[in-house]
Amino acid sequence: MNAARRTAGVVGELLITAGVIVLLFVGYQLVWTNVQADRAASAQSNALEKRWAERTPKDPEFDLPLKNGEAFALLRIPRLGDNYRVPIVEGVSLEALARGVGHYPKTALPGQIGNFSVAGHRATNGEPFAYLDQVDVGDDVFVETGTTWYTYEVIKEYIVEPTQVGVILPVPNEPGAVPRRRLMTLTTCNPRWDSYERLIFHAKLVDERPKSEGRPPTLGGGG
Amino acid sequence: MYGWLWRHLPGPTPVRVVIALLLFVVVVAVLFLWVFPWVEPRLPFTDVTVDGSAAARVTEMLRSRDAWVAGLGWMT
Repeated sequence: MNAARRTAGVVGELLITAGVIVLLFVGYQLVWTNVQADRAASAQSNALEKRWAERTPKDPEFDLPLKNGEAFALLRIPRLGDNYRVPIVEGVSLEALARGVGHYPKTALPGQIGNFSVAGHRATNGEPFAYLDQVDVGDDVFVETGTTWYTYEVIKEYIVEPTQVGVILPVPNEPGAVPRRRLMTLTTCNPRWDSYERLIFHAKLVDERPKSEGRPPTLGGGG
Repeated sequence: MYGWLWRHLPGPTPVRVVIALLLFVVVVAVLFLWVFPWVEPRLPFTDVTVDGSAAARVTEMLRSRDAWVAGLGWMT
């Protein structure tokens, strides 16, 4: 009897411990990964702006080849806030996506013909695309590089299966087609707290101006 | 288990409380710095990219889970 009670006591303590560990993991995902990722994203943005400040007019727009996990452009989406500024880093590994929005390797670069495609977290790890669903067709998306401001206008929003890799093809969903337009694609998970679908936005390039001419007028001031 | 641990901590009660708290902090740090970062990519919550292989398996898994949950619906 005593042995049975002791065993029950130990099992109970183990179950309580397991429950506490699960709760700690929830805290880790919902709070800690965001703290870490926000810090990493700020470091990336600041390092990039510092590099831009030191560049000479002869330097190329991008430091090619792009280094995995390193920022090469900044993304601004006024619909998500006046101070919304996220680094675009190369690669879509979990490590890269914990530092900002990730550029699908081998897709076009900002401003190029083809499909400049990025992925971002909708929940946890900085969640830059947490409220991406609030973006509408017609909204502007701004991409700042070392030399240029690119303005993209959202032209399509839809939901696909995670396996539908066609959305980041040079001509979305048309394998083998020759691209003529300059597109940008944003992908994130859907619904927000699950991951069995992907939320997709396509945008087209509507304006391109050297940074010497200042910010695009439609972007306004601020950070 | 915890009773056993408590009995084997040295010193008077206040010292034991401090040691117990320190042990707890160490365990939490190990979880946050090594265990959770290792577990995270093995769970499907943070998938945001489109790709051919892993995502398909996760989708299939979630589908069967949802079907299973829906199957329990008649019980409530």
